[in-house]
Amino acid sequence: MTIATTDRRRIELAGIDIELALHGQGRPLLLLSSEEQLEQDLPLITDLARRHQVIVPSAPGFGRSDRPDWISNPDDIAYLYLELLDKLDLSGIAAVGFSLGGWIATEMATKSPTAFSKLALVSAYGIKFGGPYDVDIQDIWTSHPDKVTAWKWHDANKGKRDFLSMDDEALGVVARNTESFARFCWDPYMHNPKLKRRLHRIKAPTLVIWGENDGLTSPVYGKAYADLIPGARFESIAAAGHYPHVEQPDAFGKILHPFLD
Amino acid sequence: MYAWHFTEMPYPHLPPLETLSTMRVSLASKHYDPRLGADLYNRYFDEYMIADDLGLNLLLNEHHQTATCIDVAAPLSAAILARQTRKGRICILGNPIANRGDPIRIAEEMAMIDCISRGRLDVGFVRGVPYEIFAANTNPTQTVERLWEGIDLVAKAWTSTEGPFNFEGRFTHKRAINLWPRPYQTPHPAIWLTGSSDLDNIKRAAARGFVFATFLQPHAKVKWMFDGYRSAFRDTGLPGGGGTAYMPLVFTADSDAEAEAGAKELTWYLDAKSEPQYRNPPGYVTVDFNVQALKGAFSGRSEAMRKQSIEFLKDQGVLIYGKPDDVAQQIKRLYDLVGGFDHLLMMQQAGYMSHERTVKSMTLFAKEVYPQIIDLPRTKPLNIAAAE
Repeated sequence: MTIATTDRRRIELAGIDIELALHGQGRPLLLLSSEEQLEQDLPLITDLARRHQVIVPSAPGFGRSDRPDWISNPDDIAYLYLELLDKLDLSGIAAVGFSLGGWIATEMATKSPTAFSKLALVSAYGIKFGGPYDVDIQDIWTSHPDKVTAWKWHDANKGKRDFLSMDDEALGVVARNTESFARFCWDPYMHNPKLKRRLHRIKAPTLVIWGENDGLTSPVYGKAYADLIPGARFESIAAAGHYPHVEQPDAFGKILHPFLD
Repeated sequence: MYAWHFTEMPYPHLPPLETLSTMRVSLASKHYDPRLGADLYNRYFDEYMIADDLGLNLLLNEHHQTATCIDVAAPLSAAILARQTRKGRICILGNPIANRGDPIRIAEEMAMIDCISRGRLDVGFVRGVPYEIFAANTNPTQTVERLWEGIDLVAKAWTSTEGPFNFEGRFTHKRAINLWPRPYQTPHPAIWLTGSSDLDNIKRAAARGFVFATFLQPHAKVKWMFDGYRSAFRDTGLPGGGGTAYMPLVFTADSDAEAEAGAKELTWYLDAKSEPQYRNPPGYVTVDFNVQALKGAFSGRSEAMRKQSIEFLKDQGVLIYGKPDDVAQQIKRLYDLVGGFDHLLMMQQAGYMSHERTVKSMTLFAKEVYPQIIDLPRTKPLNIAAAE
């Protein structure tokens, strides 16, 4: 499957050189990738590009975007992406955010409640609900890689990536993504302590989608996240882990597309 | 040549290693018996005091949450030795300044120990090995920046004698910095820095006149780093510097059989296990290194020397063992192979090695080896060598 029209360009935001891909034509939709940027080659992008102009930036330090020292957390990235909307002269558009991208989209929606007309959050990080001893989000950095894979995927085979078949540039992107994820999310671990108290500001109709078998951030976490966003709807997908759009694309599409239409 | 005695203060009394997945970070403390630990601490300090009597210098370090090293606060150990020894220099190698997060507290501690010891302290700084990241919860992607901001602030605090100043840096914010006491040595104790591959860091150390130290690396790599250090003087136009230091495992015996037995005991250190997630936290090494890791060609720095034969390690200069003349000959060979060095940092105790065996080895070294190497000339910057 090929994507009809793709415009890859670079854009300067707050003095940072950022890579940007624009797919298809139609109503603009901001798609914020997960930390592993698994979304970039999915048929989902093609599906969305039939009805939308899908705008996919790479966050600082991800993909081939620069990462200056002063960017230190998703809060900074959210301001950067609000500047992206200003530069593209966009407001009141749809947004879909996956995992770390979901967290960034949430930050944006709390800072600028009119930025989005609709907001879909998939397995988003960003909130801590429990006390100091509670593990809201499993610690991927102190856990054995096999355990992390088991948390992330319902079917671990779907998450296998063949690094030996990738060239050095593609591997460099994998390594940069891994490093930048740690730079921004190490401490506080995967959350912004302020964000929970800001979720009530979100005005866009919001859909929260979760994999029933997500071991990193459980569906209970996802439901609690949705409960703090005014009017948000929560949907879970069977036989799917942290990336339900990768593991169950059909079931995922049946929930996402009607919401956006 | 300055010779230094070193033990990491291991706690070896563990269940069979094949039953453990890791000796670092997450090994449950039920495996630590405080009574055995008390014996070990006191024994290791006894050995440092014997080393001092023998004319050796005293090297300390610290690690956290690991059975390989129960010295979790090197300044405490240095303070004990400052009071209980009389002659040897004391070097902490080093203060994990990126992980401790309070450079001024470190500056104070070092100044106090320098005064108690009447100026026998050398102050090392380390970025911290990968598994130290977890106990400290330091962001692994910016330890180098934290290290340098911290070192420069310590040096500024030691040398600011006219009253307080404020500091608002990237990682540290402090007001009214005004050290009491200031260091015994003027302008401050010698500073050491460790490294294992980052040439930029090595050159920065050289440019500031720090001693550069590296541990347990093949001699070709040591030469590469020491050449980088020495050539930095040419690049920066500096007249000279702190010098270079290398740590091998060292065991001296009165027979070949005893030497081999002791050498094998020392390699306990190299076999220390850890789980993969602790070996290479994200961003600890460069993207280029991690590209190699994704191809399976790099599994963390500490892995390179694991499970090698003692003959291989001897050839590489990582493990030095034998009768006194053999040990002296191996040190001279290493000295020539790496272009000379100034400090021989000897891990003379590791794992289960007993007090008696350790003391016998260090005594033989001090009496029969040290005199043979003590007059090896101090190394010179490459630019001076070239000019001659």
